[in-house]
Amino acid sequence: MHVDRENIRNFSIIAHIDHGKSTLADRLIEKTGMITQREMQDQVLDKMDLERERGITIKLKAVRLNYKANNGKDYVFNLIDTPGHVDFNYEVSRSLAACEGAILVVDATQGVEAQTLANVYLAIDQDLEIFPVINKVDLPSARPEEVAQEIEDIIGIDASYAPHISAKEGLNIDQVLEGIVERIPAPVGDENKPLKALIFDSYYDPYKGVTCYIRVFDGKIYPGMKIKLMSTGKEFEVTEVGISTSKQIPVDFLSAGEVGYVAASIKNVKEARVGDTITDAYNSTDKPFPGYKKVTSMVYCGIYPAEGEDFNSVRDALEKLQVNDASLVFEPETSQALGFGFRCGFLGLLHMEIIQERLEREFDLNIITTAPSVIYKVHKTDGEIIDIQNPSNLPKPSEIDYIEEPIVSASIMTPSEYVGAIMELCQNKRGTFLNMEYLDQKRVTLKYELPLNEVIYDFFDALKSKTRGYASFDYELKGYNRSELVKLDILINGELVDAFSMIVHEEKAYERGRIIAEKLVDVIPRHQFAIPIQAAIGSKIIARETIRALRKDVLAKCYGGDISRKKKLLEKQKEGKKRMRQIGSVEVPQEAFLSVLKYDEKK
Amino acid sequence: MNELGIYIHIPFCIKKCDYCDFISVKLNDGLIEEYINDLIKEIEIYSKLISKYVIDSIFIGGGTPSSIDSKFIGKIFEKLYSSFNIDSKAEITIEVNPGTINKKKLEAYKDFGINRISLGAQSLNDKILQNIGRIHNEQDILNTIKLIKLEGFDNINSDLMIGLPEQTLHDVISSLEKIIELNLTHISLYSLIIEEGTKLYKLEQNGKLNLPNEDEERLMYHEAKRLLEKNGYRQYEISNFSKPDFECKHNLKYWTLKPYVGIGLNSHSNIWDYRYWNYSNFKEYHNYLMKGKLPIENKEYINTISKITEFMILGIRLNSGINREEFKRVFGTDMDYYYKDAIQKNINNGLIFDDGKNIKLTSKGLDLSNIVELDFYI
Repeated sequence: MHVDRENIRNFSIIAHIDHGKSTLADRLIEKTGMITQREMQDQVLDKMDLERERGITIKLKAVRLNYKANNGKDYVFNLIDTPGHVDFNYEVSRSLAACEGAILVVDATQGVEAQTLANVYLAIDQDLEIFPVINKVDLPSARPEEVAQEIEDIIGIDASYAPHISAKEGLNIDQVLEGIVERIPAPVGDENKPLKALIFDSYYDPYKGVTCYIRVFDGKIYPGMKIKLMSTGKEFEVTEVGISTSKQIPVDFLSAGEVGYVAASIKNVKEARVGDTITDAYNSTDKPFPGYKKVTSMVYCGIYPAEGEDFNSVRDALEKLQVNDASLVFEPETSQALGFGFRCGFLGLLHMEIIQERLEREFDLNIITTAPSVIYKVHKTDGEIIDIQNPSNLPKPSEIDYIEEPIVSASIMTPSEYVGAIMELCQNKRGTFLNMEYLDQKRVTLKYELPLNEVIYDFFDALKSKTRGYASFDYELKGYNRSELVKLDILINGELVDAFSMIVHEEKAYERGRIIAEKLVDVIPRHQFAIPIQAAIGSKIIARETIRALRKDVLAKCYGGDISRKKKLLEKQKEGKKRMRQIGSVEVPQEAFLSVLKYDEKK
Repeated sequence: MNELGIYIHIPFCIKKCDYCDFISVKLNDGLIEEYINDLIKEIEIYSKLISKYVIDSIFIGGGTPSSIDSKFIGKIFEKLYSSFNIDSKAEITIEVNPGTINKKKLEAYKDFGINRISLGAQSLNDKILQNIGRIHNEQDILNTIKLIKLEGFDNINSDLMIGLPEQTLHDVISSLEKIIELNLTHISLYSLIIEEGTKLYKLEQNGKLNLPNEDEERLMYHEAKRLLEKNGYRQYEISNFSKPDFECKHNLKYWTLKPYVGIGLNSHSNIWDYRYWNYSNFKEYHNYLMKGKLPIENKEYINTISKITEFMILGIRLNSGINREEFKRVFGTDMDYYYKDAIQKNINNGLIFDDGKNIKLTSKGLDLSNIVELDFYI
């Protein structure tokens, strides 16, 4: 199994969503004969249904391909898959760090997009050789020459040799394979130095324990070896090393330049985090791999079992998800309105949505999620600084000196006709305009600084709706700014409902409060009594709506003795009632908690 | 001997009204002939099944039973009398619509033993009648009632509707005053319900229907109720008012879980611990009977819990309310065993009251009876 380092190529494929990354990966796998067509699922690397549905990759994996080049030599390709979304930036950077090169896939009809750029810069940061490929040239609207020019102008790399391919049709895939051999450098490293390997992915396997995908830079790793994880200093004994093709194949050892997996009876993925360096426990490398960081949650929300759902089932499901997703954090919390639940932390909004959907789909759970929140730094009058992500924990206004909120630098790439709409939106979201750059005559990149708390509210939906889906958006945390923030509370029939509380900018509070109150009027059914819905800051009511009292609720006569119809109606209403949350004497449907999060074009 | 009610459905109309979602089709001579023969067959099958019962109420409903030739009604009665044990004091009702009735038909009804006429008047305002697609006007109603009385019928009901498009409180009161003047024995007062699939539903969806709002509609109901009570009518169910001893025996069976058998298209029955209903499509209904089988589409077994639920949700609609002792007698358990919390909650909310013997709807409860029924539904 061992190959000459000269004949190894380690690379990733980077692309904007939908530009054809996974399809190209499929073609490469197919062409190198690693898996037969029959074995191949639609998109081999995207295992999870959810990923496939959304066309994105969440967890990264590596696959080893054998390729006989035109020069007659046999090569080993290690294709390392990367998640395509900004929420997983850190993971992307770690998997790129395991490579010498990256294939950049650009859609011949769409051209360069915000995410393409973000990923290219990550690759350039890692000193990777970038090998551009122009995909979807079979489409009638393809403009490969223009797109090649765009790559040169915007990214500043030579695209004259970029193969024009159609991954879908299998067109010119051999040019890509040859390009990998020619363009991407072979790995360098020293087998005789102490072991130094980078973890770029880890997951839990019920039989082997935690399995880490690694890239060996120096030395060797083999079963029986005592290894050390350098961020924690914890030591483990290697039980298995191997390579993954369509399945995992154990090998005697992995040495410098190689990519493979290692199992070492590690119990929890938290102990083998992405970005950590593995070394020989008895002969440690002097330099761990730079850039390791513990991922931090950017977005938080409460996840609660819906009516009739068991708290323990939700906890079990979260624990199971966490086994494979070290970036998911959660702890129990209680809400007066929703009972026992969890406060969960996520890498970003997409990560949050994915977890919510997996809980609902894979675990078949009924959950209620509260409005997402970010971490605020609260400077108290006594000099203490505390991190707050649950609005309910915000200290009394009298104890607060000032609050800081997280700010992101955002870049929005858009067809130029939407610039006005986007500027208006960013303005409305308290954005600070930084600059605007024309990529070509039709496309513009806008740079803004935006408070993360505005981004998580309904920014994505609003951007999508205002640009008919044509704008792409990318952001990264920049730092914290002092801001005039207040806690907005919602009172239903005079009772504060903690699940609706949120921290908002003072200037936004009135509008936000009014919108929520109006939505609640729509979704909460009328009761026998009038129900005031109030939005308040402290004891000051800033918006008020009323759900009118129900004056008439009489079922039809039972004509001709048709009692069954009446019972069916009652049965249905009863079912609906079961899914209500009782807040004081008011029954609140579950949709109420969701509805306040949704972007509404009318408002 | 056990008593039983019989309902017979006549699914034919000259024209379907704009609010109606019951099973009915346009008059069609061939179809009527076949359908009446099917009814005769269905009665024939029942003659063996329910020979042990005394029939104390018969209700010919529709559709518009008066829209077909009275000879067909005659054929049905001929078969009924020869098949069942019909009590000499049985209440025998037929539904008629103004504009579909004449002296000859009424004479025939009298001959068949029909002793109660239920008239679909709905309103005595021509504009409003037109709005809901009725084929008659106010004058037709007055003429029809006069004729019915002239033929010697002394037990007459009129249906009236409230909450109709463009209707005002004044319209309701003036319609009611005209009807009260005629001194009928029974008045049913129904709230319009916009059912899916009707013409009014479509209009409402398109925002073309000017309906009174909830407050106005409730005012119509309570003012009408007040006026009726002032004139010697007693309310005995949410929508039903009568002179003393003229409650509709047949309809009361529906609210009091008494057995009844429905004959004809989509008719519903409640007997032998089952509720079941016939096919609502002519072809299927016909085919079953051709094979000598009852045309039952589906049935529901009424276990004790269902029966308790029905006892409560139907009983609460009656002004006499639900009797605690009767509950205990029928089910062998205290009502409180199942309903203590539900009763207390609704008393606290002012929807029902407990007079020591019976649980009854309050005036507010009449408007919100569904809330109470929902709490009684187990």
